[in-house]
Amino acid sequence: MDMITYQDNEQFSSGHVACGGCVEALALRVILNTVGEDAVAVVPPSCTAVICGGYPFSSVKIPVFHTTLESGAASASGVKRALVSQGKDDTTVLCLAGDGGTYDIGLQALSSAAERNEDILYICFDNEGYMNTGGQKSSSTPLNAVTGSTPAGKTTRKKNMVEILAAHRIPMIATASPSDLNDMAAKVKKAKSLRGTKVIIILIPCLPGWGVADDAAVKTARLAVDSGVFPLFEVEDGVTYTMSNDSKNQPVDAYLKLQKRFRHLSPEDIEQIQADVDQEWERLQRRVCETEPA
Amino acid sequence: MTVIDNRQLLSGNHAVAWGVKLAHPDVAPVYPITPQTPILEKITEFHAKGEMTTELLTPESEHSAMAACISASLTGARVFTATSSQGLLLMHELLHYASGARSSIVMFNVNRTPASPWGFWPDQLDSLSQRDTGWIQLYSESPQESLDTVIQAFVIAESLQIPTMICHDAFYVSHSVEAVDIPPQSLVSDFLPAFKPEHRLDTSLGQSFGAPIDQLTWNRSRQEMAQTMAQVGDAVTTTGEDWGTLTGRSYGPLEHYRMEAAEVVIVTMGSMCGTVRDAVDAMRAQGQAVGLLKVRLFRPLPVEALRAALEGVPCAIVLDRNYSPGMGGILHQELKSALFGMNNPARVHGLLAGVGGVNVPPTKIQQLVADFKEAEPAVQSVWVE
Repeated sequence: MDMITYQDNEQFSSGHVACGGCVEALALRVILNTVGEDAVAVVPPSCTAVICGGYPFSSVKIPVFHTTLESGAASASGVKRALVSQGKDDTTVLCLAGDGGTYDIGLQALSSAAERNEDILYICFDNEGYMNTGGQKSSSTPLNAVTGSTPAGKTTRKKNMVEILAAHRIPMIATASPSDLNDMAAKVKKAKSLRGTKVIIILIPCLPGWGVADDAAVKTARLAVDSGVFPLFEVEDGVTYTMSNDSKNQPVDAYLKLQKRFRHLSPEDIEQIQADVDQEWERLQRRVCETEPA
Repeated sequence: MTVIDNRQLLSGNHAVAWGVKLAHPDVAPVYPITPQTPILEKITEFHAKGEMTTELLTPESEHSAMAACISASLTGARVFTATSSQGLLLMHELLHYASGARSSIVMFNVNRTPASPWGFWPDQLDSLSQRDTGWIQLYSESPQESLDTVIQAFVIAESLQIPTMICHDAFYVSHSVEAVDIPPQSLVSDFLPAFKPEHRLDTSLGQSFGAPIDQLTWNRSRQEMAQTMAQVGDAVTTTGEDWGTLTGRSYGPLEHYRMEAAEVVIVTMGSMCGTVRDAVDAMRAQGQAVGLLKVRLFRPLPVEALRAALEGVPCAIVLDRNYSPGMGGILHQELKSALFGMNNPARVHGLLAGVGGVNVPPTKIQQLVADFKEAEPAVQSVWVE
């Protein structure tokens, strides 16, 4: 991958209202600064909607349209088409959504935008639940995690959004982490350069929602990557898989033990999660191998 | 001046599509639903032939279609969509959003029974139950009126920044064919100014829309909508008169048909008006003083104009092709509310006629007048089928 070094250029202001230590604000800063001034953002209800600021303030310099929870990708499509009708084809239209607005209620609109290959850059800040409403489960919440609506732990797996999007054969899907800002900036830069629907899913350890210490969000995000729980990779045209981190070198236990949502797990539960992660990692490696030239 | 250089046999829905073609929206997100689909298909046909350069979107639902309409409108694009029944109801959340955001969308709704049970029949409950969403609502009686009203609606919606919905009845208008005068493009282009909203999503302006606000600001946003809603009646009158100057076909919020010295006035909307005209003509021929008051603008309700129209009229009979369970006919409720407090108000009968698309022929209307004109009105609407 063409690596760039991330640089600030003040598209995102201090004084925003993210929780202290929140890495979603960090990721937002990287994205906005990488995309630059010629952009419009569409934001469904989410932590990002709050971070962008309540009227009459705005923490971001580009125009923001706050839309409804189901409508992120559809609203972004409308903005883009209007800009195209005005000859402003090069303006980047961002959709900045949470996992509820992506994996759950917004999936229908996102699938349709992807099928139409609308020229939008869709960012999912994936904090694995409805954290802005106090922490309830979404279909992105992982197995066993305790949330406000799964007090005994979630009994089903996290939905594989990358695979769903890959089936749409859009130009680019990537995962990114606040623990590797250069990688994140490089992926945003690449996505911005492509026409069509691009989706970047960023894992956002949520301090109150996951029960992570105020200074541990970046560390948690890094362990998610290093343990293979959240591998960093990219899928082009739905078929070409490229890893951004080639190996995993931490046990899942190191990742899980930083989070109160997993503190009820038995050693057997953790073993099972490790086995699942290993299996998924292997599956992902096979996809990478399949796409390498013979 | 009357311009007739292109008269074609058109269904109501194709007349709408011609109106849209002439207004030339920048963006049109569309989703199919019976009996609206011929509007969509005619527009996509115009587009495929290169006669329209509109950005067409075909999203997966009416919800997403309306979402795209709102954001495109706020980006400064002229926007059109069309729907019916379930589709309109699926949009409900976004109808509130569209008006609150002061978007200038024009939408055509083909009035059709909402499920359950499934039906595809003319009934105005779908749009009437959206009366509190902040949209202007205009009801059309014929293909010609639908074409003319689409063009006028863009003027109204874009000048006042209130989204505007035009409705005509399923099949009775949507699929009925009549000779329609299609105005020349130059006439429409002169009549309909370019849409250039001062506030829009534009990187050179940096303005944002829809951010969370405090209680007082929300309250004030509704007071601002109220101020604009108060201007709609005049805008509908002026726009309809200006259109009349150009085409010979004038329109207003209400239409008075043979109301001179009327002792009974039938008040209704949509295709029922055409049937009532025939019934009124027959009764007038028999010497009965009966007229029609057609409600074209339902939201905002032209309260003052309704009061003036029915001043001194002894009896009004409302024909509602809709039913609000637990309260009755919606136009009946609205008219009683509008007339409340008048000196010697008309006796108002509310008749549930044609609910579910049941046919109401002119002879039936004559019978209803005979049955109800001397009767003491019931408080509630009365089923007459």
